[in-house]
Amino acid sequence: MGKKLLLQHDHVPGIHTLQVYRDHGGYSALRKALSSMTPEQIVEEVKTSGLRGRGGAGFPTGMKWSFLAKPPGVPRYVVCNADESEPGTFKDRYLMERIPHLLIEGMILSSYALGANTSYIYIRGEYYYVANILEMAIAEAYAAGLLGKNILGSGFDCDLYVQIGAGAYICGEETALLESLEGKRGNPRIKPPFPAVAGLYGCPTVVNNVETIAAVVPIVNDGGAAYAAIGVGRSTGTKLISASGHINRPGVYEIELGVPVEEFIYSDEYCGGIRNGRRMKAVVAGGSSVPILPADLILKTSNGEPRLMTYESLADGGFASGTMLGSGGFIVMDEDTSIVKNLWNFTRFYHHESCGQCSPCREGTGWMEKILHKILDGHGTLSDVDLLWDIQAKIEGKTICPLGDAAAWPVASAIRHFRSEFEEYVKRGSSIRDVKHYFRLNNLPEPVA
Amino acid sequence: MPKVTIDGISIEVPEGTTILNAARMIGGEIVPPAMCYYSKLKTSGGYCRTCIVKVSKGSDKDPRPMPKPVASCRTVVMDGMEVENITSAEVLEARAGVVEFLLINHPLDCPVCDQAGECHLQDLAYEHGKEASRYEFKRREFEKTDIGDKVQLHMTRCILCYRCVKVADQLTDGRVHGVINRGDVAEISTYIQNAIDNDFSGNVIDVCPVGALTDKTFRFKSRVWYTKPVDAHRDCPHCTGKVRLWYKGDDVARVTARKDKYGEVEEWICNECRFDKKKTSDWVIEGPTHVDRHSVISANHYESIRALKASIERQKKSLPHGTKVGLGQGALDPNNPN
Ligand SMILES: Cc1cc2nc3c(=O)[nH]c(=O)nc-3n(C[C@H](O)[C@H](O)[C@H](O)COP(=O)(O)O)c2cc1C
Ligand code: SF4
Ligand code: SF4
Ligand code: FES
Repeated sequence: MGKKLLLQHDHVPGIHTLQVYRDHGGYSALRKALSSMTPEQIVEEVKTSGLRGRGGAGFPTGMKWSFLAKPPGVPRYVVCNADESEPGTFKDRYLMERIPHLLIEGMILSSYALGANTSYIYIRGEYYYVANILEMAIAEAYAAGLLGKNILGSGFDCDLYVQIGAGAYICGEETALLESLEGKRGNPRIKPPFPAVAGLYGCPTVVNNVETIAAVVPIVNDGGAAYAAIGVGRSTGTKLISASGHINRPGVYEIELGVPVEEFIYSDEYCGGIRNGRRMKAVVAGGSSVPILPADLILKTSNGEPRLMTYESLADGGFASGTMLGSGGFIVMDEDTSIVKNLWNFTRFYHHESCGQCSPCREGTGWMEKILHKILDGHGTLSDVDLLWDIQAKIEGKTICPLGDAAAWPVASAIRHFRSEFEEYVKRGSSIRDVKHYFRLNNLPEPVA
Repeated sequence: MPKVTIDGISIEVPEGTTILNAARMIGGEIVPPAMCYYSKLKTSGGYCRTCIVKVSKGSDKDPRPMPKPVASCRTVVMDGMEVENITSAEVLEARAGVVEFLLINHPLDCPVCDQAGECHLQDLAYEHGKEASRYEFKRREFEKTDIGDKVQLHMTRCILCYRCVKVADQLTDGRVHGVINRGDVAEISTYIQNAIDNDFSGNVIDVCPVGALTDKTFRFKSRVWYTKPVDAHRDCPHCTGKVRLWYKGDDVARVTARKDKYGEVEEWICNECRFDKKKTSDWVIEGPTHVDRHSVISANHYESIRALKASIERQKKSLPHGTKVGLGQGALDPNNPN
């Protein structure tokens, strides 16, 4: 069994309440920090820990924190990104639902470390019930003097608010999130300036993912060095992985970074192998945005080394043969899965979620979806596959925010690794049309895949 | 002052200048096209991506190239920066891609569009586009709506450059104009359709690069190239009163602000000047306008047809051999009634 730092008590009954959370060591990190550590010391511990952002990009958190501008007389903000809308990702929800006080403790610690007296948790609209869980926990924390004025007699003040989004994936992009939090249309901002200089209401702001902020608790408790001792190389600590798809045991797993991918998929401690004894066909390892890899390349890198669940190992080989750890949304597909249909589903999502500010993403995402739909319907041609490739290349890297890249990468990787499958759809076009016609004529539900 | 080199041409510019503005200071062919940036509107630019360029050297201090193409209108120059625009095949290819994206959902109804002849999307497509579209699906359509009684919004033609939104934000009081919905169904909207009746709301027409916002008092009155631009002014209690009159015969068909060579308004004008002063006697005439473009408008009236033909010959050279280019039959005949 790997070491757990975040979810070690997730199955304790009542762990969502302050009492039980405290009985299991909760708020000891806060007590320790406020009584014996300066804010700078906490930032140092986070740097030492090697913690990297768990929201997708993997940016070193300590470095992000040390970039925060500190002009005198200007408030600073800590904002928790709980928008979690990337298809395949559901780890933050689990953490907040089960152990809301872990996030709250992390928020108070981060606010203390960064000198913020007002902090926000921005949570996606569909998680309204999780927002209720958080609100209840926050009320408990206020009542116990863990939030509000003069926390635990330390002289540090901190107010924590939960803001519910209105159901847009783009509001997970940190600057769109800040716009939304300010009550505006959730359009990503054009950078620079970065939030560390001009974020919420134009003030210096740190935006971090739920899991990133929760990880500050064990880092303060046990020290950054203990955290850094777990993992491999620059991938330190533990990571929550939300595993889904055709596996025997879908769910949220806390892994030590460095577990071999093969072990993660096949061991009974984690995914428990492929459902119904089928073979694995492909894996999307880090949420829908990251490149899809065929079974052989997810298990082993192109030079034959076993792939590990780390930022570096999953990215080995670049996009030609590698992928990304991303947000940890691990989607496994068995041999019966249609890559083309799955890609259409992802592309439909990005088309629907584009904010529409910049031309390549606004127009390109819809175009790609239409072409994929055409191919699926048996009307595609071989030149459509080349056109798709060209469109994704013209979106990637040319947009305001990374949603454009997120829409382009799945298309590029599906064509790169599964081109023959697209060609098969084209070749069998007339029979696809006949079958569809037959089902429609006879009022039958259309077959899946 | 930081020094920047664009397509091999160096210039020193004031601190904080963007690549696009540095290029405009150099002038000529190396100026990237800009469909959304507007020097008179704060926070404009960054949306359309037509102005993208490659930064092959970041600065003297940090000479690394920037990993992705950048929007030149929103990227500030650093000392020693080197930029590639028309000297980079990669940039031209990417720009052609952006132009294609802007056109896939555009109705291309130029024959019935009041903007035709002074439309920046037409110019852009002509200079950077491909001859045929690869888009084969139904194009997006919206109903036409009126924004007040003088302005019509033809959303189907909009390229979402956000300029009109910035005008509404920065020039008129009480924001009632913005963007609703998202992605490719995002649209410009006015909270209560008739609410824009502010003194300066007519400027949205002048900033719109395409025919999405047009002057209802000029609707279908004439193709712009049959109207003759004349600069004029009057004593106006609301604005500077410096305008451009567009004559059709002896009648003032339209009043607009004066625009510079990048198509940007020099000074905002009020709605009274724009919509209500349509008699020659309302104005002090300054003289004919030199339209600083190779457009049919200027050719029609002030420039020799020979110059225009020479320009066409020049452009032909950059096209594949055998491509036919020319003015449509009768296009230059001032008596042509269309
Ligand atoms: C389209 C888009 C959606 C995103 N959604 C989320 C999200 O739901 N949750 C999240 O933590 N980060 C999301 N991100 C990443 C954030 O912009 C940001 O990098 C992150 O919140 C930083 O936190 P971290 O450093 O702790 O990872 C998204 C980014 C993009 C471009
Ligand atoms: S890339 Fe897409 S989502 Fe991001 S700003 Fe541009 S249009 Fe909006
Ligand atoms: S209506 Fe015109 S000015 Fe307004 S966003 Fe659309 S194209 Fe731009
Ligand atoms: S002009 Fe620069 S992005 Fe539009």
